[in-house]
Amino acid sequence: MILEMKGIQKSFGGLEVLKDISLEVDSGEVVSIIGPSGSGKSTLLRCATFLETIDSGEISYMGVPAATTGPEGYALYVSEAELRKVKSYFGLVFQQFNLFPHYSVLKNIMDAPIAVQKRDKEEVYEEAMELLRKMNLENRADAYPCQLSGGQQQRVAIARALALNPAILFFDEPTSALDPELTGEVLKVIRQLADEKMTMVVVTHEMPFARAVSNRVIFMDKGVIVEQGHPEIVLGAPTQERTIQFLRNYQR
Amino acid sequence: MTLSTMLSTMGAGMLRTCAIFFLTILFSLPLGMVVMFLRQSRFGIVRVITKIYIAIMRGTPLMLQLLMWYFGPYYLFGMNIRGYRLPAIIIGFSMNYAAYFAEIYRGGFETIPKGQYEAAEVLGYSGPQTFFKIILPQVIKAILPSVTNEVITLVKDTSLAFTLAYNEMFSIAKQIAASQTSFMPFVIAGVFYFIANYAVAFGMERIEKALDYYR
Ligand SMILES: Nc1ncnc2c1ncn2[C@@H]1O[C@H](COP(=O)(O)OP(=O)(O)OP(=O)(O)O)[C@@H](O)[C@H]1O
Ligand SMILES: [Mg+2]
Repeated sequence: MILEMKGIQKSFGGLEVLKDISLEVDSGEVVSIIGPSGSGKSTLLRCATFLETIDSGEISYMGVPAATTGPEGYALYVSEAELRKVKSYFGLVFQQFNLFPHYSVLKNIMDAPIAVQKRDKEEVYEEAMELLRKMNLENRADAYPCQLSGGQQQRVAIARALALNPAILFFDEPTSALDPELTGEVLKVIRQLADEKMTMVVVTHEMPFARAVSNRVIFMDKGVIVEQGHPEIVLGAPTQERTIQFLRNYQR
Repeated sequence: MTLSTMLSTMGAGMLRTCAIFFLTILFSLPLGMVVMFLRQSRFGIVRVITKIYIAIMRGTPLMLQLLMWYFGPYYLFGMNIRGYRLPAIIIGFSMNYAAYFAEIYRGGFETIPKGQYEAAEVLGYSGPQTFFKIILPQVIKAILPSVTNEVITLVKDTSLAFTLAYNEMFSIAKQIAASQTSFMPFVIAGVFYFIANYAVAFGMERIEKALDYYR
């Protein structure tokens, strides 16, 4: 099991955003998360990537615990040093790319492996160029993010995350900030990663994509997982009323 | 008095003016960073004190502040203030400019989107790495125009040191002008400030250009 989240609860002030959510992701799985705005999809990814701290529940990666239940029922995180190790297991691709504007494309990709993982420059360079080829961007290595289209920027962001060799990659609406004609090039790259058995969790509004690429679709609403399963079932023949309604609204 | 003796007499003053300028820059730029951090300290009392400090520095004339820094220690503690002129001037200028720089820095940090911090965090950068590699370079670019304005103001403000009878260039120019009943020293002083500021603007513009490669 790459990721195990159990009984996750998260509130902002008085607002309970995640109510007892459990999510397990196996090696090679591609999981899509869909659901209406405000249902807690982003919050779930942010909790999984430690950008938010959970109130209670458990999180572990590759069997290594990151947050456990303390004696009073609240979540307890492991030490900073242990978290650092766990953090190397995952990557996150943001809706807004969040590339470093003062770094070239190549440096965006190479800097973390060198500065964080202390890896050899030559080796990282080779790998970065390989990733750029894969992203179909090998001729933009020296460009700066502001010189790229949104679709290109997002592909650089994916390459940047992959350069750290994560065991699992999270995407939070990777194409929502893009013009419609640019979503295809990004989805294509994600699809390619799925073919290579990259473990991924993708929050998306692209239903055809979720249907074609994922092994499992999760429908979230109001902080709970309402329904999950094979994409053909959840998207094609959902059993829960809320799912049916969401998909019906969606088609309109 | 010939023009060349006038120039050489004023030359020594120009050096003192430059000393005030560079020492103030040297101390106030980092001090401004400290003030900015104190201003958003975890401790409410520190925040309040820092805000009051900034308000006083910005709300009272620099000339008055210089007089306070110089004569204050004498009136308050009976300190012997002989030889204390230059330190008082540097402290006065640095404390004043640090307050302005702190506000400029704060504005600069506010332009950095939260996503930059989050991306760095998820990529595993440490706190200091995030600050020095990711955030600070972008802040520097953002604040450069405002810093240029302050620096140009500082060049002109150095003349306020005359309040403490420190013989920087402007004081000397006034003395010569009075003793020689000549307007020439003021012209020279004006040209000096103008050239100094031209150099500052030129230098800063070069730095801005050098950082123009990204948005
Ligand atoms: N930092 C925060 N502080 C307070 N409330 C928050 C915060 N982050 C999210 N929320 C609230 O939590 C709820 C869930 O937000 P979240 O962003 O997880 O939804 P989402 O499913 O990703 O929605 P969308 O499809 O619009 O991205 C919303 O009501 C939101 O307003
Ligand atoms: Mg969201």
